[in-house]
Amino acid sequence: MAQNPQPDYKNEGILLPPVIPQIKDWPIAKLLKDNRPFVEEVKRDSLHELHLLMQREDQQIHDLVEQTLYKERLRISEDPWRVDPKDEGKFWREVRQELVRLEQLQIDPTSFQQRNEELMDRIVSRFTEEIAGRFKPNTYHFAKRFLPFVFSTLLNASAGKTIKSVIYHRIGLQEKVHMRGEIERMRELTKKGIVILVPTHISNVDSIIVGWGLHALGLPAFTYGAGLNLYNSPILAYFMNRIGTYKVDRRKKNPIYMTCLNSYARLAISHGCHSLFFPGGTRSRTGEIEKKLKLGLLGSAMEAQRREFLDDGNQRKLFVIPVVMSYHFVLEAASLIRQHLKYTGKEHYYLHDDEFGSYSKFLSFVWKSFGTKSDITLSFGKPMDMFGNFVDEEGVSYDLHGRPLDIKGYFMSQGKVTRDDQRDAAYTRQLGERIIERYHAENHVFSSHLVAYVAFKLLARKNPSLDLYGLLRLPEEERILELKPYLETVDRVLARLREMADNGKVFLSQHLNTNTMAIVEHGISNLGVYHDKRPLSLSKDNSTLLSQSMNLLYYYHNRLVGYQLEHVI
Amino acid sequence: MVGVIGAGSFGTAVASLLAEKVPVMLYARRVEVIDRISKNRQHKGWELPENVKLTSSLSELAGACELIFPIVPSEDFLVMIRELSPFLKPNHKMIHGTKGLAVELSDEEEFATLERIEKSRVKTISELIREETVVRRIGCISGPNLASEIAQGQPAATVVASPYEEVIREGMAALRHSRLRVHASHDLLGIELAGVLKNIMAIASGIVSGLDYGDNTKALLISRGLAEVVNVGKGLGADPRAFLGIAGVGDLVATCYSKYSRNYTVGFRLAKGESLEEIIADMEEVAEGVKTTAVVHALAQTYGISAPITAVVHRILFKNLETSRGVNLLMEYPFTEDVEFI
Repeated sequence: MAQNPQPDYKNEGILLPPVIPQIKDWPIAKLLKDNRPFVEEVKRDSLHELHLLMQREDQQIHDLVEQTLYKERLRISEDPWRVDPKDEGKFWREVRQELVRLEQLQIDPTSFQQRNEELMDRIVSRFTEEIAGRFKPNTYHFAKRFLPFVFSTLLNASAGKTIKSVIYHRIGLQEKVHMRGEIERMRELTKKGIVILVPTHISNVDSIIVGWGLHALGLPAFTYGAGLNLYNSPILAYFMNRIGTYKVDRRKKNPIYMTCLNSYARLAISHGCHSLFFPGGTRSRTGEIEKKLKLGLLGSAMEAQRREFLDDGNQRKLFVIPVVMSYHFVLEAASLIRQHLKYTGKEHYYLHDDEFGSYSKFLSFVWKSFGTKSDITLSFGKPMDMFGNFVDEEGVSYDLHGRPLDIKGYFMSQGKVTRDDQRDAAYTRQLGERIIERYHAENHVFSSHLVAYVAFKLLARKNPSLDLYGLLRLPEEERILELKPYLETVDRVLARLREMADNGKVFLSQHLNTNTMAIVEHGISNLGVYHDKRPLSLSKDNSTLLSQSMNLLYYYHNRLVGYQLEHVI
Repeated sequence: MVGVIGAGSFGTAVASLLAEKVPVMLYARRVEVIDRISKNRQHKGWELPENVKLTSSLSELAGACELIFPIVPSEDFLVMIRELSPFLKPNHKMIHGTKGLAVELSDEEEFATLERIEKSRVKTISELIREETVVRRIGCISGPNLASEIAQGQPAATVVASPYEEVIREGMAALRHSRLRVHASHDLLGIELAGVLKNIMAIASGIVSGLDYGDNTKALLISRGLAEVVNVGKGLGADPRAFLGIAGVGDLVATCYSKYSRNYTVGFRLAKGESLEEIIADMEEVAEGVKTTAVVHALAQTYGISAPITAVVHRILFKNLETSRGVNLLMEYPFTEDVEFI
């Protein structure tokens, strides 16, 4: 025993013993090693759900196909992406030709119906194949060995260490990313039921950090519904195509696609796969914590939970864990906030050729994101059931008064579990609101967020006649704040935040446990450290603060919006 | 079996209507009330059929009924719901019939002197149920439902509101009756607030009648009252549409004209020179509008919501403003636009 003090898993960059030692035993590996049977199951289920949908809305199959065709052709012409398959145009042209043929041919109703069914089958097949992910243990092995190597090399190099330390990897991702929260409980719950991880979405780094975090915590791989835009990057696409990731294309809003996607997500859960998706949909353009969630995939989880409670279900519970990441520096901040300001009020998907397009950009991205100064906090929130009640490590739910409750009853009417999509949609909406509430409570406030928040608010108060756009165009000579009153305001905001932290409404990062001036200096030196223009800097004689970029200051300030701190400014 | 909590006039009316279709369990807090009803099966002008079982045990009621109608004055609601809460399960559904707000005051505070209050401290009854219990499937019934007229079998209508179609469906099925139309709404907050806020106008309307003013004045009050109710409702986050339906305008008109309305009676007797204490002391059941006026006034002050009628009713109720002076004040108020609230 004494000869081998280091357990095996430690050599693979894992901090805690794996919950399931053999990869081949992971639910996702079992499901996706050969994904054919699963893909076929999703197709059958989607067709079944589509028929129910048509029945409910009294719609004909022909109309549904026509509607889908119209939306798809519009998407192809108005919003094409590099990742889109080359044969897309051809496929939909053929669908159109077939539809025209069917309308012109005076065929009998039975064969008309039958040929429409075939058409729908083809569309369902196409969408399902596109969504489906694979899981290759070898790629997973490679990724888990290779990525920490890349990271630690970069980290050590950017930390300015010696060649020797670069080679021996003194600094690992675990020194850079501080994992906090209910980690043991989460590990327990992966054995008791199915875990649904819902992180906030700020940066493209998010999925790498969470993926690494889960791996380091000894958890099996999660299925991950990744935005199709991420596949524009060949490097990410290579890995994601092989580690259980499925594709979510948020441009496709037609009912056939949505049904296939929901079936896929729900059935993966029913097969026991722990799942991860970003309910905010895309990265927060404003830097704010999500205020509104896309409820589609949460809805699939709700439906999966209901089915678990059917008589022939497995009676397992789903556990929702909100995850919040805090950064001092978000590489994409400048482009995100520009997008937001330009397209305020419009839904827009950003094509980021300039982000992960090439290897050098990818490396520089990693370099900057994990550089010396940019500590990252990965906070795993208190686990809840699908109704937002907290659960203990056994998976038992407790109401607000600490009484245990059996959530199965929420799906029951007159003694039976019943299907009621409208009811489940209402439950899903409430779960979404609850997740947002928890995001704010689980968030770790950084010094950089604090300094940006106070600076922006004080500049706004100095210029009461300006609206947001006016403020953002403030000439540089007017973007100056006196240090003394600034420090006083920081003090007040900090006092309010501490009070909130004591009441469990937010977390304060450890580096805030010092005096105000030290916090401000720490915040300013970390805030958006790699941007060309600094959101906030201190004058040489330490008497004033200046912002070189109001857009960025606004972006980082947004992180603390929603805590009602305005009153103490 | 369907449960009804509260054997006041409206609670008894609902129990009797339900009993025509399903077995009912009716809860009353006081044992003597139960004994009396059990003996002669008569209560609040209703003949209670044999399938209405009486109980003074909330645990018995929660155990026997999946669908529960709590119909208790707002000031007693919190105590009742906390007592009931341990017996409730996720499969329960609740449709309440209380037209009041739930506000917990600190020891130093009184409704009469309340000047400011945060929105977060003011809850609708459904929000209170949501907070105190595990029940999610919550709805309300609201509308021009003067219990005595329903008892006489006069044609009437009510609204069942809930975000859950299931709750609406079951509520409608249980309540629908040859003499009672039941309409549906998905806007729980709007329907609740419509029923709550109109009580202030009912007091004002009683004052107008008590001062012997005629129908022009009353029409003026009702139409400006509607504008005010919508405005306050919007300020509290509700969609204005609910205020234009049966539970909004419908209920507003009914209570503003009805001598049977308790809130109207408060206003009428004030105008005839009685004091609020005297009036409250000899009323058998609670006039929700008095407390509602205090709370809405404090909310309007805090959030800068324009509510001139509420402000005047507030001064009449709690600051000894003479009723006729109050009407004069309102006549001087600078209204401009006629319909600016939709």
